Amino acid sequence: MAASLSADDCIVDIRNLHFSRGRNVIFDGVDIRIPRGSVTAIMGPSGTGKTTLLRLIGGQLRPDQGEIRIGDEVVHQLRHRQLYRLRRRMGLLFQSGALFTHLNVFENVAFPLREHTDLPEPLLRDLVLMKLQAVGLRGARELMPAELSGGMARRVALARAIALDPAIIMYDEPFTGQDPISMGALVTLIRTLNDALDLTSVIVSHDVAETARIADLIYVISQGRVVESGSPEALMASESEWVRQFMHGLPDGPVPFHYPAQPLADDLLGEQR
Amino acid sequence: MTDFFSRIGRSTLGTLARLGRASVFLWHALVGLPGLILRPGLVVAQIYSIGVLSLIIIVVSGTFVGAVLALQGYNTLVNFGAQDSLGVLVALSLLRELGPVVTALLFAGRAGSALTAEIGLMKTTEQLSSMEMMAVDPMRRVVAPRLLAGFISMPLLAAIFSFLGIMGAYVVGVGALGLDEGPFWGQMQSAVDFRDDVMNGVIKSLVFGFVASWIAVYEGFDAEPTSEGVSRATTRTVVHTSLAVLGLDFVLTALMFG
Amino acid sequence: MNIARSVEIWVGLFVAAGFAAMLGLAMHVSNIPLFQTVDGYDVQLRFNNIGGLRERAPVTMSGVQIGRVKAIELDPRSFDAVVTVTIRRDFNEIPEDTGASIYTSGLLGEQYIALDPGGLDFFLEDGDEITLTQSALVLERLIGRFLTSMGDGGDDD
Repeated sequence: MAASLSADDCIVDIRNLHFSRGRNVIFDGVDIRIPRGSVTAIMGPSGTGKTTLLRLIGGQLRPDQGEIRIGDEVVHQLRHRQLYRLRRRMGLLFQSGALFTHLNVFENVAFPLREHTDLPEPLLRDLVLMKLQAVGLRGARELMPAELSGGMARRVALARAIALDPAIIMYDEPFTGQDPISMGALVTLIRTLNDALDLTSVIVSHDVAETARIADLIYVISQGRVVESGSPEALMASESEWVRQFMHGLPDGPVPFHYPAQPLADDLLGEQR
Repeated sequence: MTDFFSRIGRSTLGTLARLGRASVFLWHALVGLPGLILRPGLVVAQIYSIGVLSLIIIVVSGTFVGAVLALQGYNTLVNFGAQDSLGVLVALSLLRELGPVVTALLFAGRAGSALTAEIGLMKTTEQLSSMEMMAVDPMRRVVAPRLLAGFISMPLLAAIFSFLGIMGAYVVGVGALGLDEGPFWGQMQSAVDFRDDVMNGVIKSLVFGFVASWIAVYEGFDAEPTSEGVSRATTRTVVHTSLAVLGLDFVLTALMFG
Repeated sequence: MNIARSVEIWVGLFVAAGFAAMLGLAMHVSNIPLFQTVDGYDVQLRFNNIGGLRERAPVTMSGVQIGRVKAIELDPRSFDAVVTVTIRRDFNEIPEDTGASIYTSGLLGEQYIALDPGGLDFFLEDGDEITLTQSALVLERLIGRFLTSMGDGGDDD
């Protein structure tokens, strides 16, 4: 369990995180600890700020209160240069893939290597091909992003995210909008990469079944707070009715199916009156 | 009544805030410029898409503006028997005003809008964000080379525009209207001053190049990340650049020739 | 690689064309002062009135340009206009008693200085002064004089 972990085993340590956008409170005191080498999932209904959380970890947003620690560094206290150095050890896989549309698959994966290293061309080529091989798209290296399916684009983005061999890789809704086959491919890929490359993976998702298959640890957040955390099995059998509703995808429960409204009868009769 | 004043106040504050953001943005972009010495390829690629791809419209409009200027000028000057001064008229109008200004307006429409749309779309599709997460600063990697390329391209484009305009006027004046070649060039050469006219024109186009690229990249970067946001930003680039160029032209003309 | 290469070539052509255009404008359209005031000697001319003569106006002899007006000043005592002209070094055998007049090229053209060579064997040197000068014809004065003479003529009839 998360609480029993010592600080050394945690690569990401979020304490008492507060964040709001305008009047909209997104996080209201969130504590999350992500153990080194694990696949940790952060789940919650749409609109709970899961993507925001990744951006906070990546230092693109600043928390209002609380701190986010990666290794020994507090993300939002870093200077520009240090932050960029820290980011070289992180990969973030965007929901859309966010490939560079003017570069082909090969160049997309080569981009971080070209930017951060002075590798000779043949070595760089080998490295890129190895990364592409890992995601099974070595044959697609000449294609442009526009020619890729959504699943392929995401795999290219994954190859690009691991190009610099990061210590942490974060996935933003990796399973959304995938057909079953590419979904299966991605699920396996995330787990395999995590174990093979000795990464720490953070998955933000609301696809319960897929996430539960590969996650070691799941945090469920809702309304700005961590509702419950634990292994997938523990959460499936949670005592909280709400968590059970979420994990099993029941249409009605503590979270009502209906948006708050006056009773239907009143509404309909009101019309006639 | 208070409503009226509060609206004025709000729009003033909004404009000031935009100006402030644009200045901070510019500062970050300028900080990224020295690093480009090590990566000249980035700038070259941008000069291609900003400068080279604008060449056709600049060549065509330059030649035609010069030719039309010659036709119109001839019709007026011939009334005073001063048609020999056609070369002077064309050269001075092009070098001092039309060259820099029309080039800048065409630049806003051709290259500026494309810059804004490109950067705006990169933002919308999270390419800028993902670049940031790859520890690549978009200000250095995306914005700075475009800013520099625009700054370099504009004076070159303006020079080509003016030169071809004078050539167009030469073809019309000497070729079609039968003016004598001697006075056409001779009077031009004695009336056009290198520093006052040619260099001042170049200075104008340097200023315009800087401002036009600044507006274009800023609007792209500041665009709301939606389709409408990008389309609005593109429109704003063309409108703001045109207004800025015309306003600055007035100020610069007053400073240089006033 | 090939695309990158052609981009480079195009950019190279573009930059070269831009600079060529600037050079063309500098050399063919304007007259760069750098190339013109280099080699020559200065002579001063005194005029009662220089009309609309401006700096950098041409100085000619028999219609051929041999120099340019360098500076125009006013003598604070005599109230003469003192015009300094630079004459090209190759024309270094201009007699000392040469005269100078200010003419207008065409009806509305710009004004220039024309030198009429004298006959002495002493030649002008740097810093010399030409005093034998004829002032510019100021159009208003000319018209004024013309109108008065017309008026006089009318009285006679």
